[in-house]
Amino acid sequence: MSDAVIEVRFFAALRERVGEEILRVSPPAEVGTVAALCDWLAAGYPAVAAAFEATPRRMVAINEELATPDSAVAAGDTVALFPPVTGG
Amino acid sequence: MTTTKAPATIEVAITAEPLEDRPSGEGRDGRSGAEVRFSGRVRDESGRVQALFLEHYPGMTENALEKIAGHARERWPLNAIEIIHRVGEIRIGEEIVRVVVWAGHRHAAFEACAFLMDILKSQVPLWKKELSDDGWHWVEARERDAEAAARWMGGPSERAR
Repeated sequence: MSDAVIEVRFFAALRERVGEEILRVSPPAEVGTVAALCDWLAAGYPAVAAAFEATPRRMVAINEELATPDSAVAAGDTVALFPPVTGG
Repeated sequence: MTTTKAPATIEVAITAEPLEDRPSGEGRDGRSGAEVRFSGRVRDESGRVQALFLEHYPGMTENALEKIAGHARERWPLNAIEIIHRVGEIRIGEEIVRVVVWAGHRHAAFEACAFLMDILKSQVPLWKKELSDDGWHWVEARERDAEAAARWMGGPSERAR
């Protein structure tokens, strides 16, 4: 295992649908954005593809800061994917 | 006398304990003519809902609350802000969230409190699950909550200045 690992965390309905809380993945270097990472995850993990389909509206945080599909991701980042928030 | 004003104090917390047991501090220092408190409570939705469960993102949730409180402090002249959100299982009628704002005058306190709740509901990583007769279900986010948050993005309010 190299250092080129991205930690992907899932919350709430997305976590339940994926069946995992955390995936540690090493995508190829050209996977450089949140959107590309999501496509790559869906292609390689059927449970993630099914969870994304069941949860079409999603939010993302990179290293605990809200981000967007265009945001850059790199090795060492923690990328959290979750349904739109419903606190309050 | 100096005219330099101390920045508003900010206190945020996430807790699994009932908020009812927790008094709110501040406000009696003579500086704050206004104290606005919002308490969000669990509704029974005409008997359909029996309880709520709140999940959060430990670490990020607290940081996100600090950040929105910081934005409110930049935007309005405030003396203190308290935001406490409960997580875990919560029963009907209990407090889910409490936002208290202390300011010299009421307009700033009212507006900052409304702002904090609107932004919290669309940007802070918390998720609700409802228990009804057929089990637990995740609550879907509502479009109108996102719209309420978007209303604050058009620049600082002039009314409270």
